[in-house]
This record gives sequence, C-alpha cells and structure tokens, in this order.
Amino acid sequence: MKGWRCAAIVILLMVVSAVMGPHQRLLFAEEVSSQPSETASAPVAVLSIEQALSGIQSDDPAVRQAAATFLIEKGDAGLIPKLDEIRAEGSRIVRQTIKPVVDLLKNKANLMHESPDFRRSAAADLALTGRVEAIPYLKEAADKEDVWWVRYTMEESWHLLELNSDDPAVRLEAVKKLGELRSLNSLSTLKELIEAGEQSEATEQQKELAAAGRAAVERIETWSMWAGVLETLFRGISLSSILLIMSLGLAIVFGLMGVINMAHGELMMIGAYATYVTQQAFIAWFSPEVFDWYFPAALPVAFLTAAMVGWVLEATVIRFLYGRLLETLLATWGISLILMQAARVYFGDLTAVIAPQALRGGAQVMVGVYLPYNRIFIIVLSVVCVVGVYYLLFRSNLGMRVRAVTQNRNMSACLGIPTRKVDSYTFAFASGLAGVAGWALTMVGNVDPGLGQNYIVDSFMVVVTGGVGKLAGTIWASLGIGGLNKVIEPFTGAVYGKVFILLGVILFLQWRPSGLFAAKGRSADA
Amino acid sequence: MAEDHFILRCENVTVDYDGFKALNNCNFSVRHNELRVVIGPNGAGKTTLLDVICGKTKPFSGKVIFGDNVDLTTKNAETIAKLGVGRKFQAPSIYGNLSVWENLDLSLKRTSKGVFSTLVGKSTPAERVRIEETLEMIGLEAHAYDRAGSLSHGQKQWLEIGMVILQDPLLLLVDEPVAGMSDKETEQTGRLLQALSEKQAIVVIEHDMDFVRQIARIVTVLAEGTVICEGTVEHVQADDQVREIYLGRAKVAH
Amino acid sequence: MPEPMRSPQDSRETWPFYSAVALFLIVLPLLNVLPPEDSWLHLSDFRLNQFGKFLCFAILAIGLDLTWGYCGVLSLGQGVFFGFGAYCMGMYLALQIGKESVYGSDLPDFMVWTQVKELPWFWIPFKSFWAGLLGAILVPVLFATIFGFLAFRSRIKGVYFAIITQALAFAAWLVFNRNETRLGGTNGLTDFKQILGFRLSDPSTQRGLYILTVLALIGAYLLCRWIVESRTGKVLIAIRDSESRVVFSGYTPWVYKLFVFVVAAGLAGLAGLLYVPQVGIITPAQIGVLPSLEVVIWVAVGGRGTLVGAVLGAVTVNYGRSVLTNYFPEAWPFILGGLFVVVVTMFPDGLIGIFRKLFSGGPPAPGLAVQKAQGGS
Repeated sequence: MKGWRCAAIVILLMVVSAVMGPHQRLLFAEEVSSQPSETASAPVAVLSIEQALSGIQSDDPAVRQAAATFLIEKGDAGLIPKLDEIRAEGSRIVRQTIKPVVDLLKNKANLMHESPDFRRSAAADLALTGRVEAIPYLKEAADKEDVWWVRYTMEESWHLLELNSDDPAVRLEAVKKLGELRSLNSLSTLKELIEAGEQSEATEQQKELAAAGRAAVERIETWSMWAGVLETLFRGISLSSILLIMSLGLAIVFGLMGVINMAHGELMMIGAYATYVTQQAFIAWFSPEVFDWYFPAALPVAFLTAAMVGWVLEATVIRFLYGRLLETLLATWGISLILMQAARVYFGDLTAVIAPQALRGGAQVMVGVYLPYNRIFIIVLSVVCVVGVYYLLFRSNLGMRVRAVTQNRNMSACLGIPTRKVDSYTFAFASGLAGVAGWALTMVGNVDPGLGQNYIVDSFMVVVTGGVGKLAGTIWASLGIGGLNKVIEPFTGAVYGKVFILLGVILFLQWRPSGLFAAKGRSADA
Repeated sequence: MAEDHFILRCENVTVDYDGFKALNNCNFSVRHNELRVVIGPNGAGKTTLLDVICGKTKPFSGKVIFGDNVDLTTKNAETIAKLGVGRKFQAPSIYGNLSVWENLDLSLKRTSKGVFSTLVGKSTPAERVRIEETLEMIGLEAHAYDRAGSLSHGQKQWLEIGMVILQDPLLLLVDEPVAGMSDKETEQTGRLLQALSEKQAIVVIEHDMDFVRQIARIVTVLAEGTVICEGTVEHVQADDQVREIYLGRAKVAH
Repeated sequence: MPEPMRSPQDSRETWPFYSAVALFLIVLPLLNVLPPEDSWLHLSDFRLNQFGKFLCFAILAIGLDLTWGYCGVLSLGQGVFFGFGAYCMGMYLALQIGKESVYGSDLPDFMVWTQVKELPWFWIPFKSFWAGLLGAILVPVLFATIFGFLAFRSRIKGVYFAIITQALAFAAWLVFNRNETRLGGTNGLTDFKQILGFRLSDPSTQRGLYILTVLALIGAYLLCRWIVESRTGKVLIAIRDSESRVVFSGYTPWVYKLFVFVVAAGLAGLAGLLYVPQVGIITPAQIGVLPSLEVVIWVAVGGRGTLVGAVLGAVTVNYGRSVLTNYFPEAWPFILGGLFVVVVTMFPDGLIGIFRKLFSGGPPAPGLAVQKAQGGS
C-alpha cells in the first residue's frame, strides 16, 4: 500500500534526522561536584546524636566534620528542626557545615516519600551533592523501591556518587555500571574523566578510568541517539494526531458535502472556549475537590456548543451554497472573521485552562524517553475519533444515509431519506468534532481567538494532500505532514519548516494532483 | 495489408477502476469513413472506451493505434484533439457564458491555439463563412449571438456537434447524441451524422435502437468491457449471446 | 455584417469607465487644488492620498478579477505579489533615506538595530530607481511564473489552487516577518524621505503619484479589457465554464491559466510599487492571509467578471472601511465578514449586478451562471 510506504519513509526520515540533527538533549547542566569529600584531619569519635549536635557547633573543624558525618550517616529528618535552630543561631562556619547536612537529611527523608516524583528528585539531588555518605541511603531506598524509573535514578545516583570514592576499583566499577545504565546524567562527568586520562601527566589509574569512560560514553551516546529517534517519532505522531483530529471534521464536510469550511478553526475555538467556560463554572459553583472533573464535563459541552453553532451555520448560510465549492470557502471565511472577532470582543485576548491532575506530567517509558501525558491523551483521542468516525460513517445506518445523500441526492430523496436533515446533521456532527478538537487543544496551548487560525492552513494542507473523501488519506497525510514537520524543524526552525512543507505539498501534488487517495472511476472529473 | 484501412485499432485495452474492470482486454477497430455504432447494457464500458480513445482515461494495459502508427495511450488529451479526434460528450458540454458564435469560433480548427495567437488573432473571412455554414447545418443561425447557456437541451446537443465538426476531426466520437431529443430532432441528427460520415470516421454510442437502425451499417456490442459481437443490425439482433445479455442476464450468470 | 466576436456581457462597461476616468483623473485632483481649503468642495491632501491608496488596491483587484472572474482561478495569495512589488520599491526608497535616517547611517535603520554591518547583496541593485521599478514588476512575475507553472501544469485547480495559494500567503508572511531575511522583520520598511529627489512629504509629490496611479490603473484596465475581449478572453471564460471541453477543443488550459495568473501578479506588483511611496510603509501585515483574502472581497463586492466591478469594489470597500474604522473600530471585522457572507450568498454579481438589474432589467449577468459552472470543480 502507498500509505505504508509513505509512513515508512517518514519514519526513516525521523530516524535520520534524529541521528544527524543537532542534539538538543537536556543534560543536567549543573556539574556534579567532583572534589573529593573533605575528610576529618584526625579521628574524632562521635558516639551519639546529642554529641554530634553539640559537636557540630564546635570550633574545631575536625570535630565539626566528624559530627556532620555522624549526623549524615545516622540522623533522620526528625533532626531537621533542631538543626535549623542551631543554624539560625550559629556562626557562618557553623551554618555552612549544617546546610549540606540538612539538605542531605531532607533528601534522605524524601527518598521514602509517598510520591514517586519526590523520591526520584530526591535521588537526583543526592547525586548532585557529591557526598559519598549518601550512597547507603540510596542503596537502602532502591531495595524497597518498586517504581522502576525511580529505582533507576537511585542506582544512577549512587554510581555517580561512587565516582567520588577514594577506592579506584570502586570508581572503575561505577564508570562501567553507569555505561550499562546508559546514564545520560553522567555524560559530562565521564567526559571529564576521559579528558583527565588524556593528559600527559595522567596516572595509570586515570588512564584506565578514561578507557572505561570512553566505552561507557559510547554506549550512552548510542542509546541516547535511539532515544532521540523515539522522541522525534513521538513528537511527530503527537503533531500528526493534532492535525488529524482537526482535519477529520474538515475532511468530512469537504469530502462528503463538498463544503470547504474555513470557519472550522473557529469552531475549534468555540470548543476551546466552551472548555474554558466549563472550567470557570466549576471554579465558581463546585468545591475544589471535584475541580478536575470539569475536563470530562467539558467534552459534551464543547461538542454540543460547536455542533449547535455548526447547525445554525448550515441552516443559515451553507445550505444555499451546496455544490459551489469556492463560494463555500469565501462565505465560511467571512463567518470565521465574525466568530473570531466575537470571541475577541467577549473574552478578550488570551486565557488558558488548567490541566486536570491526571494529564499533568508524563511517563518515563525508558531511559531518555519522556512522554507527556497531555500529548499521549491527544494521540489516544485522535485514534478514538478516527475509529468513531469510521464506524459512524461506514458501519452504521446513519452513515449509510449520509453517504447515499452525498452520492445521489435525488435518488436518496426518492427512497425516503430526509436529505435536508442528513445535511444539517452531518455538518453539525463535523462541527462537533471541531469542538472536540478544540477541547483537546486546550491541553497543549492557550485559549485565544486566533486558536483556529494557527492550525487551519496546516489542516487544509492535510485535506488537500490526503485527497477528498477518503478517511485513510486524511490519516496518512496528517502523519506525513506532522512527521515531516518535526523532522525538518530541528534543521531549519519552525518558520522555514512550514515553508518547506508547503513546497513539499506542491511538489507532491505534481505527482498526485488529487491527493494520496483520489477517487477513481467514472465519477472522477477529468 | 487490410490494416491500412483502419483509422483506429484498440488492442487488448484494459481499464481498471479499483478492481472493477470497466474494459477487459477490449479489441475494437474502425475503418476510414465508417459510421460505427456501439451498443451495450449499462456499465458495459462504452463511455470508458471513448474516454480511453480521447485521452481522458489512461488504460491499465493495451494500445490504441490511431491512423498508421500513433499510439494514443501515450498522448494527452490536448494532443489527441490536435491529432484529429473530436469528442461529443454524453451531457452537452458547451461554454454556457459565451455566445453560440463564440462557442463555434473557439472550436474551429486553427494552426495554433496558444495564448499569443489567440490574443492577437482575428477571424478570417473564410473562417466566418465556415462558421456560418456550420450554424446553418446545425440549425442555430437565429441564435448565433445568444448566450449558449440559454439554449434548449436539444439545441445544446446540436451546438456541441457543430463544435466538434469545426475541429475537422478525422475520427469523431459521439456519446448518446439523441438523448433527450424529440423524434424529429433525432431523425435530423441521424441524417447529419450520416452526411458527416462521408468525410470522416464516426463512432456513436447509442441506446435508442430505432436510431441505431436508422444510421448503423455495422454495430458493435460491448458487454462487461469486452466486444462480444460485431455485424449488421440484423446479425447482431439475431445473435444468441446478445439476446441473453439484453434479456436474460440471470440465465447466463446461473 | 455585425462584428461576430461579441460576448453577451461586455461592452456595457464603457460609460462607467469614462465617468470613472473623469472623476479620478480630473475631478478629484481639481477639487484638491482649486477650491480654497475651507470650502466644502475642497478635497484635503490626506483624502487625495487616501484615494491614491484605494486606486492601488483597484489595480490589484483588476488582476484578481482577470484570473478569478474570467478564468475561474481563485488565488488567495495576491497579497504576496503585491508585497513583492511593494518591498522592491520600498528597498529603493529605504536606500534613498541615506543620511537622513535616525542613526545617520547609510544603511536603513532596522539594519543598524539588527547589527547588519554591510548592505546585503540583494539590496545593492535597489540603489537604482530603475531596479526598484523593474524589480517590482519582474519579481512577482517571475515568482508567479514558477509557482503557477508548478501548480497549473500538474492540474491543481479550483479549491485546491485556492488553498495552495493561501498557504503561500501564510508562508510568505512567516518569512517576511523574520529578521534574518533582512527586510525589516515585523516592522517592515518605512520612514521614507524622497523618490527621485522629490520630497515624499510634499503635497505636490503626492499629487503627482496620485495622477501616476490613476494612469497606471487606466493602463491596467485597458490591458485587461484587451485581453478579455480578444479570443484569449473567450478561452478564459470557456475554461471557467468547462475546462475539460476546452481540452478537447485543442487548447491547453494550464498555459492560459498561467498567462492570466502571471499578468495578475504583474499588476499586483505594479499596485505594490505605487502603494509604497503614497502610504509610506510596507510591513508583512500587508501581505498575509487576511489582506490577500480582502482582495477577493473587493472583487466580489464590485462584481466579478466585470473589470469595472473590481475597481468599484476596491474603492467602495476601502472607503467604507476608512470611514467605519474611525467610528466603530471593533466593528470592522464583523462588517467585512458579513459582507463576505451576504455577497456570496445573495449578491453573487456584486454592485455591478445590482446596477444592471436596476437600470436595464436585462438578461441575467454572467455571474449567476458562473456558479453553476464552478459547481463541478
């Protein structure tokens, strides 16, 4: 099938772009502090927490350090109030000694926090302290941890800390282990080790470490390249699904009813504002605990509002223009202007909705690949919409009537199909789909009067490229255009990316003037 | 060689619309100055055959040889029209917003039909005479300066025939010329086509059997994309296979 | 024998044409010059300049009418060609500012802001007036030739073409907005001082530019009328009515479409060229999707397929806009949108169609049939 081939090409391009494109991967910019930890100048025995609490205020640095180490090893979060008290009164030196202790203890406590996000960030923070004393906490926490991504971070952190160890064997082992873990966070440290090993005065140990580092870096970089491929793929699919969800309604009215609906973008805007209004209603009338429910509640509101506006449009304007494609384009453009201005006058320029808890954050599916929930949500929604539209149009009685009317209006009327009703329902349904698209778009962007305009040109490109009246064409075209967009973007920037996409579409139409899936047969006009 | 007498030879032409074979290995030939009628049930591929000849549809396989050795399947529609294949469509296809005269003037055969020559070109007296003659032939003298869109259905059909005549085609393809015409108009059309076949080859697609009897010398019967019978009207009407197709399709298909 | 080449719809345009010429070429400038300033007959310099701007738009509209009204090719990207023309002239004018600029540099001000040290190569020819003049026409023509060739040759037509040209307008807008294209970014080119040594702030210079614009409009109109009255014009209408039939009559429609598209682009460039010195600024906002679509509404309001209608529409709509935005600034998009809907659904023949019905009760104007013909596209 043509479509598969196109998809394969797009995926291939994504791979290529990710391999060759400038890596803009976010590494932890903060450098992992690599100075060896200060060791006490003389063994000072600290036997109890109380002793340590007083020792930490001592003037003798050795005593202070021993006390701090003891507190880090044996203490827990319960000591923090007391330490804070001491810190508030202590001298500058004392405050400087206590600060890392408090941080470490806080993070130690957070390693057992109920939220995995807290646990993970505590583990990551500990790696940044560079204190080898934290290694046992991490090991202990990792044993009990059952979220793999958090456990991974803990392992990564303790190996990062082991790089600060005095024992060369431990350091070597840590480098190897970090390579195995494909730890992106260790890249900068490892590169420093390699550099150190390349210096002329490098010791055997350093050289050995550098060799191990090189192997680890290579492993990590290969991995990160593939992770980049996956992320580009995901971003491409995510944009494609946004395009798809917008183009669906457009493709239905274009393909089935012969109407170019330039106001489709504004129907989406209406869906987005319906979501916003629902949110405001929840804030005003319901308790904060049920706030998150505004989002599901907004779905029918968005669908019905947009569908109703569509129904009115069809009844007042569109019905006079059937069969006159260019005229529908112009009239609906006029409508879009009116709707946009109405929104601007009524709502002002910019608003946004707050995403419900469940759609915030994202999933770490593997090392280096993070998928935000709102994007996943849109991808899933677009699949649901496509399947729904497919069943409605091609597997239901209603859909059969719609297709009958679009193929032969008079014959359908003779068979007792109420053609006027079918027209207005189809248009209202497509408008409702636009409303749903607007509902979903509130999760990825602001709600503003120009919401529809941002995407309308792209979604028309999708419809034109896909070919009229074929669902499959719309799907493949949105995958192609969305994918290519994300492939080109890293090389050219968003603006020229769009220009190249336009060029690509024009060249594509050279090859297939009526789109990917043109209707063949006698009905097709020459 | 007998082949030299043919102006058109379709060899093993197949047209595939998403799995539906509108033409299936169709072989069809027309001699010079022949008036050939093609009949067949709905969906037999008659119009598709004309579409392939005039370049509107590209066949999946097969050749369409025009004259001695020009393969029309490799040419586009404009070139085919210039080579001398004229086409009258099933639904009258004229320029509704131009006058009858302008319709004919645009169709007139000229050496160049490029932008520049139409921009500066003026009709020569000979060309005007030619258009006037044609107007007379198709009975539209009185309507020469009317908007073509305001003509009656029958008059539009005639106008389109007039337009095709002015192209001076060597081969004229006519798709259901008498659909929607009165008996008198039908008869006139028949006479017109017969007169034209003195000078050029004509392929007519028709359903109206009375009309077919009036004009046809040789009839080709097309069914399911293939020629199943060819001969005089009597011969074709006597053919068992043809009768089955027209009368008892169910029996053939079991 | 009567002249046989005569369409049912043309030849009525003569009296509106002559009266328009008289009004714009003679009456308005005289009203500007002769009556004393406090007389109610006096037309202020500002108003005259404004009419000059409207007449530039009329040139732009005539081009679109040729492609859309006659040939049925709706381009939603005319603003791009207008922009090319305007920017070419704008570059010439920007280089004429010279030491009078805010920073006293030879380079245009925006280049000083954006740290451009040297004049970019493509600016250099525009030191010459003739380059600005020729570039303003040739750049759009060249671009339209390439774009149109790609689009028409592959039989992209009807609404597909409209959408592609709209995408073109969108893309051009994006590109012109960028600073690295060295065309002034969002702020565009402005603050011009002189043209060929004449001060732009001088009313007499503006009057001269106005007269030039009227003459250019007359020229554009006569060119288009010559085209539509020749056999080419009939082929264009034939393409609009039934493109497939034209093919079987031995014409190559895409060449004709390309021809009118290129002519329209050239006229758009001419309009842009005249616009810049009179309005004094050109920014990307004038070449995007919306301005390109507005051209369509001018033509539709005036009455498509009648060259005079394009002029009438451009002047009426823009005049209405300048009056209304003064009193109800927020209402204009509503009115513009409403105009689109009303004209398309109820008055497909625009003002000219209404006049024709009022004055002659004659045959239906061609527009009504236009819609039917486009139905199949």
